[in-house]
Amino acid sequence: MTENLSIKQASDLLKSKHISSKELIQTYLKKIKAGKELNCFNFISEETALLDATKSDERRASNSLKGDFDGIPIGVKDLFCTQGILTTASSKILSNFIPNYESTVTMNCKESGLISLGKLNCDEFAMGSTNKTSYFGPVKNPWRPKDSKIDLVPGGSSGGSAAAVAADLCIASLGTDTGGSIRQPASFTGTVGLKPSYGRVSRWGIVAFASSLDQAGPITKTVDDAAIMLDIISGHDKKDSTSSIKEKENYSKNINSNVKGMKIGFPKEFMSDDLPKSTLKAWEECKDLLKSNGAEIINISLPHTMSALPTYYIIAPAEASSNLARYDGVRYGLREKGNDLIDMYERTRSEGFGDEVKRRILIGTYVLSSGYYDAYYLKAQKVRSLIKDDFNKAFEKVDAILTPSTPSTAFEIANEPNDPVQNYFNDIFTVPVNLAGIPGISLPFANDEKNLPIGLQLITNSFEEQKLLNIAKNIEETVQYQAVPEKWWTQ
Amino acid sequence: MVDTMIDGWNLVIGIEIHAQVKSNSKLFSSSPTDFGSNPNSQVSLIDAAMPGMLPVINSFCIEQAVRSGIGLNAKINEKSIFDRKNYFYQDLPQGYQISQYKDPIVGEGYIDIETEDGKKRIEIERLHLEQDAGKSLHDQDPNYTFVDLNRSGIALMEIVSKPDMNSPEEAVNYVKKIRSILRYLDTCDGNMEQGSLRADVNVSVNKVGEELGIRCEIKNLNSFKHINSAIIYEANRQIKLIESGGRVDQETRLYDINSNETRSMRSKEDAHDYRYFPDPDLLPLVLDKEWIETIKKNIPELPDKKKERFIRDYSLSDYDAEVIVSDKATSEYYEIVVNGRTPKLVTTWVTGELFSVLNKKNISIQDSPISSEMMGELIDNIENGKISNRLAKDVFEDMCETGKNPNKIIQEKGLSQINDEGEIERLVDEVLNNNPDNIEKYKNGKTKLLGFFVGEVMKLSKGKANPSTLNKLLKKKLDN
Repeated sequence: MTENLSIKQASDLLKSKHISSKELIQTYLKKIKAGKELNCFNFISEETALLDATKSDERRASNSLKGDFDGIPIGVKDLFCTQGILTTASSKILSNFIPNYESTVTMNCKESGLISLGKLNCDEFAMGSTNKTSYFGPVKNPWRPKDSKIDLVPGGSSGGSAAAVAADLCIASLGTDTGGSIRQPASFTGTVGLKPSYGRVSRWGIVAFASSLDQAGPITKTVDDAAIMLDIISGHDKKDSTSSIKEKENYSKNINSNVKGMKIGFPKEFMSDDLPKSTLKAWEECKDLLKSNGAEIINISLPHTMSALPTYYIIAPAEASSNLARYDGVRYGLREKGNDLIDMYERTRSEGFGDEVKRRILIGTYVLSSGYYDAYYLKAQKVRSLIKDDFNKAFEKVDAILTPSTPSTAFEIANEPNDPVQNYFNDIFTVPVNLAGIPGISLPFANDEKNLPIGLQLITNSFEEQKLLNIAKNIEETVQYQAVPEKWWTQ
Repeated sequence: MVDTMIDGWNLVIGIEIHAQVKSNSKLFSSSPTDFGSNPNSQVSLIDAAMPGMLPVINSFCIEQAVRSGIGLNAKINEKSIFDRKNYFYQDLPQGYQISQYKDPIVGEGYIDIETEDGKKRIEIERLHLEQDAGKSLHDQDPNYTFVDLNRSGIALMEIVSKPDMNSPEEAVNYVKKIRSILRYLDTCDGNMEQGSLRADVNVSVNKVGEELGIRCEIKNLNSFKHINSAIIYEANRQIKLIESGGRVDQETRLYDINSNETRSMRSKEDAHDYRYFPDPDLLPLVLDKEWIETIKKNIPELPDKKKERFIRDYSLSDYDAEVIVSDKATSEYYEIVVNGRTPKLVTTWVTGELFSVLNKKNISIQDSPISSEMMGELIDNIENGKISNRLAKDVFEDMCETGKNPNKIIQEKGLSQINDEGEIERLVDEVLNNNPDNIEKYKNGKTKLLGFFVGEVMKLSKGKANPSTLNKLLKKKLDN
């Protein structure tokens, strides 16, 4: 009864009193303990979750529910500040940090009655595509290649968020996506990952990586659940100047799966001989599927696609180098003793940050330095607007764009390339979407020859999340992808 | 200037003023901005740069900056951008200061200052908004530096002049004038001793006829006296250096108020690379044209205009008008007192007696023991002949000491002037009867003795006799 529940299913069970919130939370806490080996959670908030569940049950008994989804357990990426609960960004430098405030997104969840089971592991400061940069060690992908005991990466940076949903350690989770950090791990774990338009969801209270790119979003088991979560977390927040004042829609209420007459763009620049055959096949099949459901497929061009990755790896580190300056040992977090101020800074930051974070701080500092600013940062900003123009032009012709989510399926934890640039290629299909500030969703479509999930990405124009969800739901309904990983970790 | 500088040298000065925006809350947070509060009692999550915190522009601070820009006759930029200025310091929680770099909110403008040679126009390069940093307290503990973040995030306006000043006096007058304008606009309280207004002064020297010299910047001067002495010291230092064959290095210097010297703080080579870039947490600031126009319409009368008006309406001398309008509170005080009274008399009393008391007590006119109403009442008594100018000074002194109003003092002490001719004549007769010798001398040509007789009658009347009546009667009697 409580296996692989979606938000909708859980809500029905609660509504019909087949289960109480407390029982639901207890069940999931058990699953989390059983799944310890996956290393999904940095912190399990057992006590508060149980307390919240009791309160939810009381509300249900007194007919004062906070909404349809009151009492449902979720997981929260350890990048959202949560009041009274450890918030580390999976970094040593914040390993002792307990905020006295609650991020807008998690506050929205609380106000809807969702219950947090704890904080999910991720790449340190959301920098990575493997979850291996976490101070708390890598997350294991619940998926393993067929007949194999090889541990795979869950993707990153929201690796814990994706793996926890795939392994059913929570019903849905919150992630953040700066260059693909929701969609890439969703793709690697067979889950649905939605990155909303820039400005749709408040960034207030989320540990910042790259402010002009960061956006929070859900990782769920179904497209419907993604719509439900977006309803809960989105909206204007006056505490975030970059959050949009545009009215949000009622995504879950208005969702339909009609694609008749829709124009779906197929960008030639995403095509490459380097793509695995199974990915190409899935992409083609999805194209045919949409066609047979009444959509029109249009070949389009996004000419600056190949410049997206280098552009991203200038802009994101530049902003990060400045955003992470506040972790200096002066006011909170780790402080290593030093002989003077500079010495304290150096020791604290040397000890507190991992290699990937240091690498990006160095890159960012370099590209903003006088003499290099014009050649790197300014140029990257110009290219960024060209990339945005590409999409604007494309959306004059099409409603949505269909691409693979990632250039490969999940790979071995042990096989991570030594060259960081090689790693950065994981984000090649997702990064342009962040640079353009538009929404994207990754949804599982098929499994590859190793029995690992392949994700496809849909992209629409800014604030067209409804359309995005509708098309995704059409694909989901048609393809009926239902594979779930074998629960090897419980044995 | 002349006696502090060496002939044949030209002095060039440019000034950056940091003026704290008068606002109840900070530039990007809602924390209060009260001066002198307990350390770290006015610090929000944003001011302390807690993880995930985001700045939100305080629109009142924007309005204040625009108002200031208009007061400086400057161009208001409809689009401006907030940038991050990155550097590490213990009292800079974010690791960057949010400031404006390439696109400030206010562009070029100017103000006019008074110099020995008349009016001089000083061009203004720009005015931009930025956050203040916190305060480091190095003297609280032998091993630790303490940090107070109350100032962190408070809005500052940085007003940058062009290098248009050529003497310490001009520099001081420039800062005085800016302060005066901002106070008129109510956009900065201008309290230098509280750090609400501080100046960084750029000084260079060059031989007359030669190209400009290399400049040094003297940081954080917070009084007119320091601005003046620091410039004099620095100019002489540079001249001596060049004359002895040395070269001025571009550097930042600190002024030591104890030794009255400037000292090197850091050279150009050590200068920070601030890695400015637009703050991605804030959208470009776009101002509505009509909104700017509304502010323009509501700009109060500024010192230059007020001075013109005072000269015109109250027939003030240029000097008196300058003295009165340079301080907003003084000009307001003056206008209340002068209303319906003789301007000349009011000017004499305000710039004379009142200023001398304020100077002696080293207080501002807001803290004056004599309110404008009391001053008016005193002058009324002079104007309607109730007391003489001479007695008025005694009453004024009494007012300063006791805080009583003049009518009360006059009444209590029976100081009302004697205007009754018969009564004065009686007093005159008494004095004349007692001094036959002197009458004789007077009549023999020693007419200076008139003063003696006046004095005697005054003494007898306890200073209350109407002087002109007294004079008239005395003369009549003596000259008969």
